[in-house]
Amino acid sequence: MSSQSPHPQRLLMKGTEAIAEAAIRAGCRSFFGYPITPQNEIPEYMSKRLPQIGGAFVQAESEVAAVNMIYGAGGAGVRVMTSSSSPGVALMAEGFSYLVGAEVPVVIVNVMRGGPGLGGIGPSQSDYFMMTRGFGHGDQRAIVLAPSTLQEAVDLMGLAFDLADKYRNPTLLVGDGLIGQMMEPVTFPEARTELPEKSWATTGKPASRERNVINSLDLSPEGLERHVAKLFDKYARMEREEPRFERFQLDDNPPVCLCAYGTMARIAKSAVQQLRAEGIRVGLLRPITLWPFPTSAFLEQAETTERFICVELSCGQMVEDVRRALAGRRPVDFWGRTGGVVPSVEEIADEVRRLCG
Amino acid sequence: MAQTSIVMAGFGGQGVMSIGKILAKAAIHEGKEVTWLPSYGPEMRGGTANCTVVIADDPIGSPLVKFPDAALVMNKQSLDKFEEELRPSGLIAVNTALIDRAVKRGDLCALYVDANALAERGGAARSANLALLGAFMARCDVLPICAVEAAIEETFAGKSTSVLETSLAIFRAGVEAAATG
Repeated sequence: MSSQSPHPQRLLMKGTEAIAEAAIRAGCRSFFGYPITPQNEIPEYMSKRLPQIGGAFVQAESEVAAVNMIYGAGGAGVRVMTSSSSPGVALMAEGFSYLVGAEVPVVIVNVMRGGPGLGGIGPSQSDYFMMTRGFGHGDQRAIVLAPSTLQEAVDLMGLAFDLADKYRNPTLLVGDGLIGQMMEPVTFPEARTELPEKSWATTGKPASRERNVINSLDLSPEGLERHVAKLFDKYARMEREEPRFERFQLDDNPPVCLCAYGTMARIAKSAVQQLRAEGIRVGLLRPITLWPFPTSAFLEQAETTERFICVELSCGQMVEDVRRALAGRRPVDFWGRTGGVVPSVEEIADEVRRLCG
Repeated sequence: MAQTSIVMAGFGGQGVMSIGKILAKAAIHEGKEVTWLPSYGPEMRGGTANCTVVIADDPIGSPLVKFPDAALVMNKQSLDKFEEELRPSGLIAVNTALIDRAVKRGDLCALYVDANALAERGGAARSANLALLGAFMARCDVLPICAVEAAIEETFAGKSTSVLETSLAIFRAGVEAAATG
């Protein structure tokens, strides 16, 4: 090459491929999944790269098989992930709950598409309830990360593996077709060389220690209750230590605050800039963790901000958490598009003008 | 928050996604922020394709743009669609080989180039996309031409020297056609 970029470390990559490469940098060495649009470049990328670095890639016969394969690899202490899209993720639900019960750390990526049913392939955020509440049966929780840019997707994939290991619990990362299909410059961290020790993993029993067991079955009600209580101690710690959010244009305590995450937060940021250029003071509070929800950030903002407007690519799901967080202190309006429709910056700005006019 | 949004549109196979990626790589060469967003959905063979590239100095919010600043249109369907959407005084580069009408809106800055003829003359008929990109870059100052040339070199780095040289020559022929035309 006759010319060198002055910024050689910034690579132009598609969101799905950036997510896959970030996982590999974070030490992910196994991927099991079943194809579905709009996330197929993740398994495609993994199928090419993992065999080159001594990893394992299997295109499973179904989502149910894939989730049980990550259970096996995660139980053996390997950094492992799967990815799918809404209806495919729903098929994995039983396995997710087993992962929680058996305390197996894995990372699960959901590139959400429009629903319900087989729905469409357009960008959507209509799995908020499923991901934050009902991703599996039983008393269970998992951290849900929602990147808004490709660089953040890269950074959060590394964090996702660390959090999974820290808590011995699945970590979920959600995006949509827009985050998955667009390209942006990204900078990758150095590949991890040292990973956490996993003394609990089923790696074959040496004479020096007791047998390790990965299991989610406990037929003694008292025993199971004790186990669930232990899980909920972990969740309480997650709620204390892991909420993450971004405050955008909120330092001057504007009277109006938009709330949005992921793709919708990008569009909302542009709307904030457009409205501010007209002299309308508005900002954006963006949850990065959908669970644990950054409740205290909302409460703090409510001390000065008079009204909140939640915008989503759904008919209104995160808005319930915003209302729960604010507990009636301030009015919360909702506006959204669904089915795979992505609104323009102007549509959001118009809605803010209408509500605040 | 100054930013420039450019739409590239044509038939699938005309290389509109590719020139969008070249433009995005050129923006990275210049240390800019950039987003590349493909038209996305169930597409059919021979159907139309487009991508939107946004280039800015500051982080970019929406990669989706309702009123783009500029457009490169490789076929007539794309002119029909994007002529309507461009912002007033926007720049539109038109491939006259496949578009037999003029731009209707009087408030646009139109640039007419027979990109197919330039590419054929340069020895690679399928590189009409690069000819139109060259012509566009001669009129649009969002990035220096040398940054786009560097991006072309990066894109064709794995190919033979002759492919790279032909591609660069066709791009430059487009630049000259617009500069003299």
